[in-house]
Amino acid sequence: MNGATPMNKRPIKLLIVDDSNIVRRRIERSQQFGGLELVGAAGNGVDALELFGKTDPDVVTMDLTMPRMDGIECIGRMVALKPEVRILVISALADKATAVEAMERGANGFLNKPFTDRQLNDAITDLMR
Amino acid sequence: MLYEHELKTFVEGTTTFFEVAAQQPASIGSPYLLEGAPQLHEYTGLINVSGKRAGIVYFTAPKAMLAVLLMKMQESDFGHETMRDLVGEVANTISGNARRDFGGDFVISVPSVLSGESAAIAPPPGTRSFIIPINWRSHAAKLVVSLS
Repeated sequence: MNGATPMNKRPIKLLIVDDSNIVRRRIERSQQFGGLELVGAAGNGVDALELFGKTDPDVVTMDLTMPRMDGIECIGRMVALKPEVRILVISALADKATAVEAMERGANGFLNKPFTDRQLNDAITDLMR
Repeated sequence: MLYEHELKTFVEGTTTFFEVAAQQPASIGSPYLLEGAPQLHEYTGLINVSGKRAGIVYFTAPKAMLAVLLMKMQESDFGHETMRDLVGEVANTISGNARRDFGGDFVISVPSVLSGESAAIAPPPGTRSFIIPINWRSHAAKLVVSLS
């Protein structure tokens, strides 16, 4: 494929950030993301940043409402460290202002909770286009 | 006075969770007003509301309902923390729906979770509790809206 990015040459590294164990496991369990390699999961923004530095993910799923550091701040910090990272916000905060703020910080997609496996799959696929 | 469309937003936040996460919709029983506080089930997810309205909104559910809901979500952990996590996610969805529909008119807190056979939650002064029965499969939970 022309214009191949590093994403196309090796498994795409995925980091999951969500303070809900249920949601983290739900994303982890999904077998629909061919080519994705789970490199870590964190329950708050502080732990997520630490894992981000250690694992250098290509794709991050990011909750917004979390203890210690919220998702909006975490997105800004991740993008500052690695501008090409692709970030999918997965949040119950369904208002437009929140989505716009996340996008302005550098998020690339937004998926509302709750979500179906199909919606998650589609959102990740869109994110990697 | 609480308007029907406001109540509907909270109800939809609750039923959406069942419909999407468990792929099986919940049905709504006949709402009723209560001067006091209803009996809580084992697990409760609660949000505080301020701004145009003030008070609390919470979803309270029995352990048996949550266990089946977790199964439907392909979850294999049915422990106490997972149950707490689940009612927190339901409250999170209610909160998100309200933020979307009401915008800046309502300030809505991060959800908090209560568990155990707690005493009832007293409605804030000046409010009455709207009780909306949430029926799913053979189980019954309650959505309680106590707003000024």
